Amino acid sequence: MEYESVRIFAATWGLVALVVMFAVAVAYALWPRNRAKFRDAARIPLKED
Amino acid sequence: MLVVTLIVVSIGGLVEIVPLYYLDSTVEKVRGMRPYTPLELVGRNIYIREGCYNCHSQMVRSLRDEVDRYGHYSLAAESMYDHPFQWGSKRTGPDLARVGGRYSDDWHREHLIRPKNVVPESIMPGYPFLQERPAELDAVEADLRANAALGVPYTEEMIANARADAAAQADPESDGAEAVMARYPKAQVRDFDGNPDMVSEMDAMIAYLQMLGTLVDFDAFRAEGEALR
Amino acid sequence: MRVAANCLWLGLFGAGGLYGLLMVQRAVDLGFLLHGILFLAFCLAAVALTVRLALSPPPARALPDDRPHYNDAIVRAGVIASTFWGLIGFAAGLWIALQLAFPALNFDLPWTNFGRLRPVHTSAVIFAFGGNVLIATSFHVVQRTCRTRLAGHVAPWFVFWGYQLFIVLAASGYVLGITQSKEYAEPEWYVDLWLTLVWVAYLLVFMATLARRREPHIYVANWFFLAFIVTVAMLHLVNNAALPVSFFGSKSYIAWAGVQDALTQWWYGHNAVGFFLTAGFLGIMYYFIPKQAERPVYSYRLSIVHFWALIFLYIWAGPHHLHYTALPDWAQTLGMTFSVMLWMPSWGGMINGLMTLSGAWDKLRTDPVLRMLVVSVAFYGMSTFEGPLMSIKAVNALSHYTDWTVGHVHSGALGWVGFVSFGALYVLAPVVWRRERLYSQRLVEWHFWISSIGIVLYITAMWVSGIMQGLMWRAYDSLGFLEYSFVETVEAMHPFYVIRALGGALFVAGALIMAYNLWRTTRGDIRESEPLAGSPAMAPAAA
Repeated sequence: MEYESVRIFAATWGLVALVVMFAVAVAYALWPRNRAKFRDAARIPLKED
Repeated sequence: MLVVTLIVVSIGGLVEIVPLYYLDSTVEKVRGMRPYTPLELVGRNIYIREGCYNCHSQMVRSLRDEVDRYGHYSLAAESMYDHPFQWGSKRTGPDLARVGGRYSDDWHREHLIRPKNVVPESIMPGYPFLQERPAELDAVEADLRANAALGVPYTEEMIANARADAAAQADPESDGAEAVMARYPKAQVRDFDGNPDMVSEMDAMIAYLQMLGTLVDFDAFRAEGEALR
Repeated sequence: MRVAANCLWLGLFGAGGLYGLLMVQRAVDLGFLLHGILFLAFCLAAVALTVRLALSPPPARALPDDRPHYNDAIVRAGVIASTFWGLIGFAAGLWIALQLAFPALNFDLPWTNFGRLRPVHTSAVIFAFGGNVLIATSFHVVQRTCRTRLAGHVAPWFVFWGYQLFIVLAASGYVLGITQSKEYAEPEWYVDLWLTLVWVAYLLVFMATLARRREPHIYVANWFFLAFIVTVAMLHLVNNAALPVSFFGSKSYIAWAGVQDALTQWWYGHNAVGFFLTAGFLGIMYYFIPKQAERPVYSYRLSIVHFWALIFLYIWAGPHHLHYTALPDWAQTLGMTFSVMLWMPSWGGMINGLMTLSGAWDKLRTDPVLRMLVVSVAFYGMSTFEGPLMSIKAVNALSHYTDWTVGHVHSGALGWVGFVSFGALYVLAPVVWRRERLYSQRLVEWHFWISSIGIVLYITAMWVSGIMQGLMWRAYDSLGFLEYSFVETVEAMHPFYVIRALGGALFVAGALIMAYNLWRTTRGDIRESEPLAGSPAMAPAAA
């Protein structure tokens, strides 16, 4: 495994993979169907002790 | 989520750190680098023990004023045998990467005992106890062996003679003095602390300070590509 | 199951005790001998404690009315330990600040010089104070947001006491000269191994509690805590890889050398800031600010994006500690780029924390605890703006090696970590001791203002001295020679070192007030002469 080939892999497919993973996380956060779930989740700390 | 987090946080480290081990260009080829002599290594361990790195860097950056003040900027090769590195992060006191040969042994001894004696404005603590304490030389063979196991090129001969070499470096009259210089090119053999009766921690500390930055022959070295900023 | 677990713990502590005996018997240096004795004593006490826990009736997971039976005892212990180590750590910082202003205070003894005491300060504030706050708050938050009792019977106490042992071994080691000299990772190999065991137990307790949750969703604060725990484990293991000279001596040599060691160290060092001092404390922010403000976080979606952006970006930023050094240029540039990008998620998080108050800004006037929490987020925003700025190479050329860095660290440490911790402790104490309210709101006011003035003095002094020293180092006279000798720049620092120590003294004073207030709160005292919270007289901030 040459350094150069690893570098090219990291700068192309590696970068794409990271961007895709991050996009999935953002999509999860913004997905309309999750809206109600997150609204409930945000209130968890406020429930009685 | 745990797994994804772990994967994500591992990648950055892998991509940044791992290449440093495989790239030939990370550590340039220079002439003159050698492992520390046993006495210098003992001194270096005292430097670490007292936390000198908290106030002194050993890394001249490639900036004009630093090169004017301290000398040629530091090369990666100059710390290639440093386990751990001592580049530091704060200069409460000056950089020490090239302090070797700048001052006399007497100056260093006076300065370490009470810095204000030679630099009245200094805020450095005094280390008078270094003069009183015998250097711990019995364990130095094991120290060399541990370094060798981590890749520092100490030979079996160097390891076998470690204790004798440590004592001989502080005693120019001794029989072993020439052997030290033969095994460790450019080694300085002197009674560093001016007390011939004992190899003190002061001897070891000054031996270490006086070799810092003196190994690489900069007349023969040409820094390629890395222009001064 | 429970018997088996208790037997396992007894076996582990017994084996530890035997190893402690071996440490004492075969020690090759004094420090290792003393640490062997400490370790042996710890294991004996642990055996006794385990037997006591094993003989007592097992705690029920739920109360008779089906509400969860929370483990508050461990949180109480954490609040006490946090306050105690906070005082020690702040006082140590004040002491070494005074040493820089008045070097005679070094006493020229090995055990009292600045070089040995500075790691005592940094470890005490980061790991002893910060670590105990994180353990206490994470154990509290994971229970309340999962609506279940903390997993384990002996395990949480092993985490707590094992962590205290780690602190004592580390700090006493520094004073004795036992250090591997890697900043914020100074403890030697055997202390590192011990911390690894404690940390694995911590991770297991935390995950087991998440697994038995009675809420469908894992609240975002727990994500931050979990990321903090696993990432710190990884950083710790890689950065501290070392070969001991003897298995019965304290000295070891780090496996990495030179430039590789430097990058590994700052990859660790920066992410210790990112995941210990940021991610963990963001977990605190995401629980305690909504709790105290009595309203949900501004945007839960933003908090999810904040989390993942932080995780994706932070880990790359380390090389900005090594600009213009012998580290290859490509690594420096990579570190700088990611550091600048980090500014975005950091400010996203800050906005999320601050805007939680929208519609309830008046509470800042009446509730000094909430004000402390909110001001901490403002400091978070300030230092995460300053950080990317300082990671730009041209700025770093001036700021690196100077007090500017020290000032930057302290705006984050005193302002963000300190204040968010104080706020959390003030919220926790009445809850876990089941008191009606804090002993005194007015003392919180005093704490807030005294500490705030201290922080301002501290960071402005360090800005001025840092930038001034950086400029003096690079100043040339008309003939093209360097204008100032090094020691002239040291002399110029003196007034700022005095101001900085004064700021530190105020911060210590504030923490003492907090300790008194918390102590009275635990006793159930209430300062009667005070008007109740919410009445107009309670608003000196408006004046």
